[in-house]
Amino acid sequence: MASIHIIPVHILDRKILTPLSKEISHQFGLQTSIYNIEFDVSFAYDPFRNQYHSTKLISGIRNLIDSPSNKYLAVTELDLFIPILTYVFGEAQLNGPVSIVSTKRLQPEFYGLPWDENVALDRLKKEAVHELGHTFGLHHCPDFQCVLHSSTYVEEIDFKLVTLCENCLLTLKKNMLL
Amino acid sequence: MEIKKDQYHLLIVDDEESVRQSLHNWFLEDGYYVKTAKDAYEALAIMEQESWHLVLLDIKMPGMDGIELQRKIKSFNKDIIIIIMTAFASVETAVKALKQDAYDYIVKPFNPDDLSRLIRNAIKQIELRSENIQLRQKINKLEQRDELIGNSEQIKHVMNLVKTVAPSNSTVVIRGESGTGKELVARAIHCHSNRRYHPIIPVNCGALSETLLESELFGHEKGAFTGAQSMRKGKFELADQGTLFLDEIGNISQKMQMELLRVLETKQFTRVGGNQLINVDIRLICATNYNLEKAVEEGNFREDLYYRINVFTIVLPPLRERRSDIPLLAQHFINKYSRAMNKAITEITPEALNILIHHEWPGNVRELENAIERAMVVGKPPTIVPENLPFQLTTRSSEPTLDTLDSVEKKHISYVLSKSAWNISQAAKILNIDRVTLYNKIKKYGIQK
Repeated sequence: MASIHIIPVHILDRKILTPLSKEISHQFGLQTSIYNIEFDVSFAYDPFRNQYHSTKLISGIRNLIDSPSNKYLAVTELDLFIPILTYVFGEAQLNGPVSIVSTKRLQPEFYGLPWDENVALDRLKKEAVHELGHTFGLHHCPDFQCVLHSSTYVEEIDFKLVTLCENCLLTLKKNMLL
Repeated sequence: MEIKKDQYHLLIVDDEESVRQSLHNWFLEDGYYVKTAKDAYEALAIMEQESWHLVLLDIKMPGMDGIELQRKIKSFNKDIIIIIMTAFASVETAVKALKQDAYDYIVKPFNPDDLSRLIRNAIKQIELRSENIQLRQKINKLEQRDELIGNSEQIKHVMNLVKTVAPSNSTVVIRGESGTGKELVARAIHCHSNRRYHPIIPVNCGALSETLLESELFGHEKGAFTGAQSMRKGKFELADQGTLFLDEIGNISQKMQMELLRVLETKQFTRVGGNQLINVDIRLICATNYNLEKAVEEGNFREDLYYRINVFTIVLPPLRERRSDIPLLAQHFINKYSRAMNKAITEITPEALNILIHHEWPGNVRELENAIERAMVVGKPPTIVPENLPFQLTTRSSEPTLDTLDSVEKKHISYVLSKSAWNISQAAKILNIDRVTLYNKIKKYGIQK
């Protein structure tokens, strides 16, 4: 049985990792662990946008991992982008081993609101489960409460639950067996 | 309604690999079927192999640029949705693309929310278009259901004329006795024409006075006359891009003939009480059972209007001249009223049909339809029998004889008495007279059993 490794990448507030790890383990029914690696992120930095190219970061991590049968979720405070979009909350390799999620735009203070640890953690859990869902071959879900529902702004993340809908759960189980 | 994304094929054309890869992943996660092309030539090659719903196209590419590729794609598939991607918010190029029928344009890098909304709306447009095509096909089927019924040579000839004239914009005059189905022919012409998705507006000119007809045809402005409390569009405006069917055209006044001629020649008119010229694009179909040539000779119908409308004439034969169609028509009306009344009458006895075939039908198909409707009301399932048919059908002769009133009354009373087996009460009830009067008439005319 595969396990899920959480990789902290350029992250200062490491205490979020434990509750995140528990939630992921609960949602996927798999063992999780914190996987520390030395990783220089400068190659993915775009000085014009002052952001980090998430696809490049994923490729960099892909080169460092030892077992592609496991799933890896990088958690970072860096602001992520892909060339075509102004920002992304995270990115994943569909049916692949690596995904990444950023806490940067999940924080209420990013939007000029008061700091709220619970809101930020809640959003992080959802986005982490969402991106990991893609690595298990799940597509975006039309059910607005399902965690696999596509979210392009944080209010949409707040609307959805941390759990998979019935259909996505069935697909996940099927894909895990494969 | 939930969109089945995997049914939609998206093609991304961009010379930058990172853009192609980003969009590919983004749409793949969203569940779309997606492919990428690095330039216009690769895109055209991919498009030859599969059908595509939506193309995201970069404007600046080496070789053939996005605008040129868009023109090429549209030349072989007008329905494909093209979204232009540009790195520069250049109004000029965007306008150029939109003029060439691009769906929209988006400036790189995109806000994820804008991209999602743009694609969702484009997909909805594809779905609406496909729904529209399906509905049009359904309309075509439904409209054709009410076509002229018959297998006779006369009706086949009429249908050939309908199909010949329908695609043109020519004015048609339909002639025929009352009840022969002139409006049905007008609708058949409309349904076979390119105007079929626009309305056909019928106006019975014979039923309206001159002033009413003027307001009915041209509409009126608010306050144009007492009671004109709001602006009202006339039939000409309502029929814009469709067909205007003027029934009983021979009945309209000289003034209205002049007004009508003016609209037909200029394709413009003003509402009653208004000054603004309104342009209309209509096809005119007229119907009459008058002898228009005679009306022109006698000065009752304007010669110039006669020549303006009399471009193509269809003459409808009276039902008595196409008796072979009566069984088919009768069955059609039985089916129609069986459905409408939810009554299980599905056929007619040979005797009853024989009566129908031999009747003179001065009211033509309309009279036949009424006869069947009446029979369906009084008849019992599953068959129409002679007794269910209107009484006069079995007795009507083609030409009434020049008898005296007394003689006609005597014949009629004798007939009713024989049909009611000399049941005086029943005969009096049918004749709508009291029993004493009936006895007096029997005595007066010396009618015997």
